[in-house]
Amino acid sequence: MADAHRNEWAYVLAATLRVARDMDIAEECVQEAYASALNDWATHGVPKRPGAWLTTVARHRALDQLRRHTRHDRLMPLLVESGGDSLDESEEDSHVSDDRLRLIFTCCHPALALESQIALTLRYVCGLTTSEVARAFLIKESAMAARLTRAKKKIATSAIPYHVPAAAELSERVDAVLDVVHLVFTTGHTAPSGGQLVREDLTSRALQLARMLRELLPDNPGVSGLLALLLLSDARRHARLSLDGTLILLEDQDRSKWDHDAIEEGIGLVRESLTHRPPSRFALMAAIAAVHAEASSFSETDWGEIVAIYDVLRFTWPSPVVALNRAVAVGFARGPQAGLAALDELSGDPFLAQYAYFASARADFLARIGNREQACASYELALQVSENEVERKFLRERLAALGAQAAVLPY
Amino acid sequence: MPEYLILIYQDESDPIWQDPAGQETIMKGHMAFGEKHGASLRGGNALHHTSSATSIRHEKSGKVTVTDGAFAETKEALGGYYLIEADDLDAALAIARDVPASQGGVEVRPIMPT
Repeated sequence: MADAHRNEWAYVLAATLRVARDMDIAEECVQEAYASALNDWATHGVPKRPGAWLTTVARHRALDQLRRHTRHDRLMPLLVESGGDSLDESEEDSHVSDDRLRLIFTCCHPALALESQIALTLRYVCGLTTSEVARAFLIKESAMAARLTRAKKKIATSAIPYHVPAAAELSERVDAVLDVVHLVFTTGHTAPSGGQLVREDLTSRALQLARMLRELLPDNPGVSGLLALLLLSDARRHARLSLDGTLILLEDQDRSKWDHDAIEEGIGLVRESLTHRPPSRFALMAAIAAVHAEASSFSETDWGEIVAIYDVLRFTWPSPVVALNRAVAVGFARGPQAGLAALDELSGDPFLAQYAYFASARADFLARIGNREQACASYELALQVSENEVERKFLRERLAALGAQAAVLPY
Repeated sequence: MPEYLILIYQDESDPIWQDPAGQETIMKGHMAFGEKHGASLRGGNALHHTSSATSIRHEKSGKVTVTDGAFAETKEALGGYYLIEADDLDAALAIARDVPASQGGVEVRPIMPT
């Protein structure tokens, strides 16, 4: 049943929504279908196609509801479904994949606030409960429920359509969906606050979404790039954390703990996504992750190649974090002094001034050239701006190690 | 079919408003917009500068005050609107994108059905 929930939820909800044309009714009908499945499957066994079974039950309930409620007592307008698709049951199969895509594009519509897009996607595409979505973003369930209600109200009142965008806007809209999935992953990969560095619930949901998109849009280079990036980042999962939950840097990771199946799949997708010109932002990010994945040790990493990819990425996707990562790569490719010079070029950036990784990268290069005093000051600065407990613990340890070194080897 | 109001917000201090050639370009832009989207247009007007605006404010005490000027002081002020009919928000946004508003932008609001 848990499998059916995880694998079939989006499929069942999306197909039901096309009949119900109301998020709340569709959701209620799907929940009822799962409830009746509990009884029915316990007696008769799990059907061959659980998704089709659930969809049939949920859609019947939705049709019943529609017959009972006249337009008059409806609080919100029905979801608009353009494109003139009929609801003919015989067409069901040809619509299956489209339905999930429609649902994704509606949830990730740019007219909704990004935080609402993420919440709607986790709630309706992934099937998380409101309380699970609330926990994922460390806010109260009541606040998350209110956010979801506001978002659904906007979908209904402004007539955000339940359809796959026209070809002319498709690429822009796919990018918006990819941003949402990427954000779910990064939120889980390095939780911005709280006591846990990695939230596997979120990273695995993001991977699930990326796989679903890959299945639905197999020719889209952005999709293959994103899936590659998530696979290659997630492949390091078991090597990134020590037993006590501390972050282990790429440099110190036991590479035998990396997930080599995920790496192989990721590298294949990188190759595929890089054949498109110009390469997408995610394809380039994945290409960088692939260079790391292919190196047998940190010292054998092809940093020159990584700097070269960052140079393209910086042009495709100008952002302070990309510039920072490029500067760090320069430091590994050409030495800590060159890295410090590259970092100093970015010192005026207001975003990086509040970004702990900028100060800690500087501290690391300063320590490498033997400037312990300034290195300590830079770690202190990083500690002032970091809000993640695990990251702070790591920074304190680095600071302590530098101090100890100073005590043992007084110059 | 849903209806939307497209509110045009522009920077009134932009020098283009003092320049006859610039104004003509804007005018032509609106003519071209009207030709392209005539079938969806249900109305629309340009408004005089906010210096011509008069606001009426109702206070909780029941007192009503009349003041000179726009209701809210903002850098970009409401300068005109179009009323359109569109299948859904995507169709409305596709139309709204074409509204000439190079000195600011537009806001799209769904109209409540009566």
